Amino acid sequence: MQKKEQQKGKVNSVPHKLVKWLKNGNPYLWIGLFMTGVAVGLAVLGIFWTPYSTTEMSAAERFVGPSLKHLFGTDNFGRDIFSRVMEGAGITILISSLVVLFSGTLGILIGAVTGYMGGVVDELVMRVTDAVNGFPSILLALVMISIMGSGNQNLILSLGIVFTPSFVRIVRSEFIRLRDADYISRARLMGVGRLRILFVHILPNIFSTFWVSVMIGFNNGILAESGMSYLGIGVQPPEASLGKMLSDAQGYLMKAPWYALAPGLTIVWIVLGFSLLSEGIRRKS
Amino acid sequence: MKKRFSVLMVALLIMTALSGCAGGTGESSEDKSSTGTSAAESNATDAPNAEPTYGGSVVVGIQQDIDSLDPHKATAAGTKEILFNIFEGLVKVDPNGNLMNAVADGYSISEDGLVYTFTLREGVKFHNGNAVTTEDVKYSLERVSGILDGTALISTLSADKGGITSVDILDDKTVQVTVGSANLELIYSFTAAIIPAGSGEDANAQPVGTGPFSFVSYKPQEGIVVAKNAEYWQEGLPYLDEVEFKIVNSPDTALMDLQGGSIDVYPYLTDSQATELEGTFQVLAAPSNVVQALFLNNADETLSNAKVRQAICYALDKDSVNEFVYGGNASMVSSAMLPTLQDYYVDLNEVYGNAANIEMAKQLLTEAGYPNGVDLEIQVPSNYEVHMQTAEVIAEQLKAANINAVIVPVEWGTWLEEVYNGRKYQATISGITCDQTPGYLLNRFQAESSKNFINYNNAAYDETYLKAAASLDLAEKANYYKELQNMLVEDAGTAFIAAPPITVAVKPELAGYTFYPIYVQDMSVVYYTQQ
Amino acid sequence: MRYFLKKIFTLIMTLFIVSVAAFLAFQIIPGDVVGSILGTEATPEREAQLREELGLNDPPVVRYVNWMTDVLKGDLGESYRYSKSMNEMMPVDELIGDKLPVTLWLAALSLVIIVVVSIPLGVFWAKSRNRFVDAFMSVLTQTTMAVPAFFLGILVTYLFGMVFKWFVPGGYVSYEEDFGGFLKYLIFPAVSIAMPKIAMTARFLRNSMLTEMHSDYVRTARSKGCTDRQIMYGHVLRNALMPVVTFLGMIIAEIVAGSIVVEQVFGLPGIGRLLISSISTRDLPVVQILVMYITAVVIIVYFLVDILYRVIDPRISHK
Repeated sequence: MQKKEQQKGKVNSVPHKLVKWLKNGNPYLWIGLFMTGVAVGLAVLGIFWTPYSTTEMSAAERFVGPSLKHLFGTDNFGRDIFSRVMEGAGITILISSLVVLFSGTLGILIGAVTGYMGGVVDELVMRVTDAVNGFPSILLALVMISIMGSGNQNLILSLGIVFTPSFVRIVRSEFIRLRDADYISRARLMGVGRLRILFVHILPNIFSTFWVSVMIGFNNGILAESGMSYLGIGVQPPEASLGKMLSDAQGYLMKAPWYALAPGLTIVWIVLGFSLLSEGIRRKS
Repeated sequence: MKKRFSVLMVALLIMTALSGCAGGTGESSEDKSSTGTSAAESNATDAPNAEPTYGGSVVVGIQQDIDSLDPHKATAAGTKEILFNIFEGLVKVDPNGNLMNAVADGYSISEDGLVYTFTLREGVKFHNGNAVTTEDVKYSLERVSGILDGTALISTLSADKGGITSVDILDDKTVQVTVGSANLELIYSFTAAIIPAGSGEDANAQPVGTGPFSFVSYKPQEGIVVAKNAEYWQEGLPYLDEVEFKIVNSPDTALMDLQGGSIDVYPYLTDSQATELEGTFQVLAAPSNVVQALFLNNADETLSNAKVRQAICYALDKDSVNEFVYGGNASMVSSAMLPTLQDYYVDLNEVYGNAANIEMAKQLLTEAGYPNGVDLEIQVPSNYEVHMQTAEVIAEQLKAANINAVIVPVEWGTWLEEVYNGRKYQATISGITCDQTPGYLLNRFQAESSKNFINYNNAAYDETYLKAAASLDLAEKANYYKELQNMLVEDAGTAFIAAPPITVAVKPELAGYTFYPIYVQDMSVVYYTQQ
Repeated sequence: MRYFLKKIFTLIMTLFIVSVAAFLAFQIIPGDVVGSILGTEATPEREAQLREELGLNDPPVVRYVNWMTDVLKGDLGESYRYSKSMNEMMPVDELIGDKLPVTLWLAALSLVIIVVVSIPLGVFWAKSRNRFVDAFMSVLTQTTMAVPAFFLGILVTYLFGMVFKWFVPGGYVSYEEDFGGFLKYLIFPAVSIAMPKIAMTARFLRNSMLTEMHSDYVRTARSKGCTDRQIMYGHVLRNALMPVVTFLGMIIAEIVAGSIVVEQVFGLPGIGRLLISSISTRDLPVVQILVMYITAVVIIVYFLVDILYRVIDPRISHK
């Protein structure tokens, strides 16, 4: 009898724990961490090592389906898709991070100054921001890339400029909200310098709001980079890029559906992992 | 005497020079026709009742939007191939690359090659119902040669380049054209469209010609629709009632369009698309009139050294380009001539070999003072899938010889300005098209030519080219042309790669699709078979 | 009133900035329309002639001012690239007018799909007390939002076009020819645009409803004896829908801009594709008007949303 009960308890314990964890714990955080971890881990590994060369071609191994040898199969040049996805994911993540870093920093600087000062400068900056917002980002990116030549740094720069207005808006509205707060007025009365008020007194207080937009910005960066590469104005071959791989793969949908699925699902994996992670962080705090 | 000579001349021209891009007489033309007929035969065996029927409509997928509805102003190959169905010249090219009479029903050329006399064909009508008159011919020729307003629309006919100096109406059936200098290849330029007098200046004029199809409508980004010309002068043609040339979204999705049934004919299949369609579509192939090359800017600091250029030629593995990009169907070339132009072509592939010779490449680089290799920036017009793929394959090959190649895809507009016209580039992958005459492929490498975008500079070459152009003897001309090819190869002026194949998908119910040695889609001979 | 004037002034200023920017951009980027038209067959004479025909010999400032004057007079100019007849170029308004319905219908269809699917979904989700439904919806919406539009387009083409053969990829029918067939073809691109937005809107509505459910008036209503049903549809949903309306407004703006990529995937001849091809052929008159047009749509939609928001919720003062 006792034995039976014990067994029952054992059987129940694992799903029971799972349910409890799902209810009380933070599955978003952990699943998000896992997915992001796998993606970033493989991407970083891809910088140093990939199972196969990402550029070497093999006529004998064109369009090999997914197998243990080639996890995601091979492409039209007989290159290992898994290795190329590793490289492509790394480039995509790197570009998106730098874009967020660039536009986030610029957003804080511009948003802080205009939000705090107001007046004509504010009005002017807001109009330019509106214009950049309304201007099709692809045209803007194309123009910048045509002027500076294609290349990853130019891609980052142009996406960075496209993304800056959204950060400016958020930072600006936060600064407007806080500039009239009591503790700021008091600090002003006490003769604290302007710069100090901006960056020591106000800035730390907007981080929780800012953090959310950084998270969103990162995901938008991934989607934008792959979209641009898909249209052929992003990362350039022979460097692997998830978006470019997708557009190449489109011609072989019937013959080699894995060629399109591998980079596509990788983008979904990265973006999903990261949004779960940020949702998890949001719920925790 | 004069007449007899000209008749002889015409016969000669038709037999040899005019066969031009078709590959001239002899073997090659047999080769070509065998590709064509074997395809036709296989149609016949597939569908036992392959009786031509009249009627029906066909959608042809095209890649580029058309650049002008004016046949004289259109320059894009993608536009000319469509307008071929609407417009005709005094003469027109036939499927073997010979010239046949069209609006004219005969012509003679004077002994000195300076006076062309055309007799108009009886009963040729424009699509608007009016008969073609000598006035229309005079107007059209004066318009293209620049006599009308000072700007020549077709440069070979331009008065200041040895083209037409005057057009005279002799009687209501005869037109006499005087040209500035004798040139065996000039007759090809009389394929220029004949249009109604004055229509080139009439603001609302719709395109009106004498071809097998008449213009119906054009919509930017969607395509162009043409309908059967019931009064076409060639008895029995065309078969189809309507043809729509529809712009496909992208080369990548063309396959889906074919499989889904939204297009019936698609003339630009890649190799892998072709293999995917086999069994469901008729896949026909023929040699194209394009020479693809890794063009090297001879004025570039590194590439001005002939040894570096030769090293690049040695390092290329053309066989594997053929395998990866063309599925083994391209002919490899080493100079600026099409293998199908048998009379003019000389096979120089063994100079650098079709496989890679890495040792030789490295040795030459060392001799040139680059023992650690060189960097090479290859600009590629990104709208050309084939060139992009070739670039990827080549960049990988060059690595083995310590040539560190970077691919810079550029937009077509940028390519034209920076690379082609600006000549600000190191290397580029592109193709040059043989536009009717063999000399066309070679004349661009004269030092002063505006088309010499590789900055090739060889005084002996220029001298030989002038001799070739002036020659009125075909054998002599051919020898000069061969000499020119040799010079280009010896200097490694540029790393020529291949003459790619044209691969066309045609839906099973259709027959009669005919390849031309020039870039046209002749839909007048296509018909539905009786099922 | 002052508010309106200010908004209109803002719109005009922004459009001006955008048009100058587009014009400047075309002065800087390499490649011009003459090269693009003549290609590799260009001769100096033809180039000069064409430059003259297109009026490109004037200095840039003069050209911009001329163009602006014409636009203000209502003449949007002619395309450099697309012919209308043998000797006449296509007027820009005609060209855009021809392509606009495609994009507008696509956007409208997407919006209808979003509203019809996301609102019941959001309500269902908010009402559901079942943890598994909640978890399932949460995962489903998160995943859907993570799929880029072009990848979704490829998947839809593959599944519905090539495997199930529900539609013919590339088989676009012009709205002038067969309106029914046109709408039928648009369904799949519209679904590709709508899916991620449905997920977003459903999540948004659900969160908004949950917030409302915990507010004081719900407790008051319940204490007055209102049924759950009355509370849900009479109060909560109505209040929760307000922010959703603004959210949908933002989505409209996104759809217009986002249709560029989806038009490319599905081969729709809308203004997105026109914009891309006009950029690559350096067809400045078309690009300039299109860019201004898209910007104006985005700004006006935001503006309308703003007004709507004020109408629905008078608590927001006209500051």
